[in-house]
Amino acid sequence: MTIASFILLYGLSYGLVLCLIAVGLVVTMGLMRVVNLAHGAFAAIGGYLATGLMVQAAIPLPLAIVLAVVAVGLFSLVIERLVFVHLYTAPELDQMLLTIGLNFLAIGGLTLFFGPNVYPTKLPPYLAGSVDFGFRAFEIYRLAVIGVGLVVMATLIIVFEWTTVGARLRASVDNRSMAQAAGINVPRLFSLTFVVGSGLAALGGAIGAPMLPLEPSYPFKYLVLVLIIVALSGFGRIKDALGVSILIGITETAGRYFWPEASGFVIYVLLVAVIIWRRDGLFVRRASS
Amino acid sequence: MTSPALQARGLRKAYGALVVTDNVDLTLASGCRHALIGPNGAGKTTLVGLLSGALQPDGGRIALAGDDITDMGAHRRVKQGLVRTFQVSSLFPAFSVAENLYLAISEHAGVTSSLFRVAGRQRLLLERAEMLIERMGLQDDAYRPVSTIAYGKQRLLELAIALALEPKVLLLDEPAAGIAAAEAGLVLDAIAGLPADIAVLMIEHDMQMVRRFATEVSVLVNGRMLMTGTPETVMSSEAVRAVYLGRAGR
Amino acid sequence: MIRIAQSALLSRHRFHWPEALFWLAAVAVYFLFPQYLAIATTVLIVALFAVSYNLAIGFAGILTLGHGLFFGIGAYCAGWIALLGWTEAVSGALASGIIAALVAGALGPFLLRLTGLPLIMVTLGVSVIVYEAANKASWLTGGDDGLTGFTMSPLLGAFRWSVFGDTKYFYALGWLFVLFYAVKRIVASPFGVSLQGIRENALRMRLIGTSTLRHLVIAYSLSAGVAGVAGALSAQSNAFVGLGVLGLDMTIDGLVIVVLGGIGTLYGALIGAPVYMLVKHFAQQWNPFYWMFVVGALLIVVVRFGRGGLLGMAQAGLAWLIRR
Repeated sequence: MTIASFILLYGLSYGLVLCLIAVGLVVTMGLMRVVNLAHGAFAAIGGYLATGLMVQAAIPLPLAIVLAVVAVGLFSLVIERLVFVHLYTAPELDQMLLTIGLNFLAIGGLTLFFGPNVYPTKLPPYLAGSVDFGFRAFEIYRLAVIGVGLVVMATLIIVFEWTTVGARLRASVDNRSMAQAAGINVPRLFSLTFVVGSGLAALGGAIGAPMLPLEPSYPFKYLVLVLIIVALSGFGRIKDALGVSILIGITETAGRYFWPEASGFVIYVLLVAVIIWRRDGLFVRRASS
Repeated sequence: MTSPALQARGLRKAYGALVVTDNVDLTLASGCRHALIGPNGAGKTTLVGLLSGALQPDGGRIALAGDDITDMGAHRRVKQGLVRTFQVSSLFPAFSVAENLYLAISEHAGVTSSLFRVAGRQRLLLERAEMLIERMGLQDDAYRPVSTIAYGKQRLLELAIALALEPKVLLLDEPAAGIAAAEAGLVLDAIAGLPADIAVLMIEHDMQMVRRFATEVSVLVNGRMLMTGTPETVMSSEAVRAVYLGRAGR
Repeated sequence: MIRIAQSALLSRHRFHWPEALFWLAAVAVYFLFPQYLAIATTVLIVALFAVSYNLAIGFAGILTLGHGLFFGIGAYCAGWIALLGWTEAVSGALASGIIAALVAGALGPFLLRLTGLPLIMVTLGVSVIVYEAANKASWLTGGDDGLTGFTMSPLLGAFRWSVFGDTKYFYALGWLFVLFYAVKRIVASPFGVSLQGIRENALRMRLIGTSTLRHLVIAYSLSAGVAGVAGALSAQSNAFVGLGVLGLDMTIDGLVIVVLGGIGTLYGALIGAPVYMLVKHFAQQWNPFYWMFVVGALLIVVVRFGRGGLLGMAQAGLAWLIRR
């Protein structure tokens, strides 16, 4: 396997995990226009739950992941109905502060239940080990991530582009008041989207646990990266989110390989440059909302 | 001969293939009361947007008292004396009426670059705000947050803020629209009491307002200026009636 | 004449009793708790940072999550100025603050065209970029080990920086006093009033002729300058600059203090700082992350119940009790 294809596959697996975590935010930010800095918490909780179930309760990994995702989904529904519903019309400063507060609660809670150190993950035997691709071995686990990630994203894109629900969602992202006037039950759509977005984040956190280590500061640690993806994708643009995430994954992998000093750096410069350059086209707050 | 207070020539604005403002000429003399009428979608608000600097024209020039302001940004035009009000009030809802006015007065007086004077001790400015409040009849609500006062009073405040900026040209967008009849009187009196030397352009749908206040009327249809004349001439014109077919000139 | 008493906006120059309380308490600490002077000095420095943050986010409405950047810039500048041989403290701190202000002035015209979420993200992003860069540029910052090896010459030529920390304490207190009243004066000025107008409705301010971008850049630079001085004080009193001065933690600390103290008033940051820092200090010794829970809950409660912060809620509670 050549270096290039190794980097591509490695970056693809990393990018897909990022995508799963970020895509929920891409859609909910597009729909609700809420500054939600606590999204990473759902990914963290999903990761911790799945790993905990597998390691502590000896539940097989696939089942553990499904349980974790469902649990986080239900939990996020409660949070949405209790907290976020008040945020939709609140000033941005309040949204920012409240979601930071939620992040703190999540970090505190995670420490309470799982301790302050990195929570060790264990791969089941059928995922451990690597496939020999020539000059380098590639982990089976990463191949599995790529598989799952692509399938989930493909399903998501199909639902978004080709179903009625997807159409309603796209309409609401585009022009909320118009969609409401057309009879779309927007509050229910909000809840549904929020739950699905949080569930996807949990899935990302769960299958990405070996890649993005689980520690209590997880929600803040990957906040910037997730926000970058949202910024570069634009509101509600799922396909763009996929592309951007994979690009970031590959770029960061390549960076770490070729230019270790500058990795982590380049991404942020990109973010700042793009936001400043595209500021008129990005996040146009519509007066109609 | 002195230049007119505001003169626009050949103004053009298009959004792709849609031409919203089509080669419009408009002259406002000092002290005039000029109404701008036309059916919905004629482009009246766009025209005012071009004049105030909120929009950039694709063609044409605008001159304020003879000086070309076409390339000047909106906030600089305000400093030059060109002030606009909006159909939907844009105020500071959390601040009181007095505070809203103070902001405009202090900006107009040019003190806002001062970091070390104390705002609460600027006697002259505070007195000016007080005078304006009295003149506009806003005493009862002076210290209440704007979000709590009646809509008619808010529109009055919007007008007061415009006056605080000592404009030479005032662009009013349906100043009395949406105000309950009981409250409209204050606004109408305020409009009647506008300083005689400022040029006023009023977008209006209400023909009674036009008859009451306007000395000249311009009719805008599909982005083009159909005609300009005295209220009587315009309202008895066959062409204008045809445009308003179905609308009894109230 | 307009009754100023009825206008919060126009009475920012008024004296508030919590201010006096703070200065008295600060002096009292010196006599009552001489063994805690080190942490008390840190509290004063964080209070200064919080005051600067409040100017930007509370009064100008600039939603920045990267204000720690200027604290860090001030700290490293002060460290380097001392390392290069200029060990006079006051001028070193002043110069560091000015440098931080200049950086803000350079970034401002680009950043401050943004609002809301894009602004939050960019300020966060810039802050993280600089942190990563500082981490890698260990020739400049000492990397993980930090900047050390400098000592300050006696303050005003007379007061030596003793190990007991008295000089440091009063030095920090002096700066806090001067800068607090400078910022207060700025907030009470016509400029400060127009800033608050920009925060409330920037569009409307442009419609009355204000050059909003210019005002925001000036406010941002002033705020950065004060933050830079705070950072310099940290470097000078610890004789050490670590990467932590650039970290997100500093920004979050400042933000929480501002919110808990009440975002609408400057003295809120003064009162909030000691409360927050002390709780953090003791709670972290108990369990590092449990207190995050408490802080998170407090933040949520404060946001739900209005901008007065804990102080405002206490006052409201008191008023309610009195009425009964």
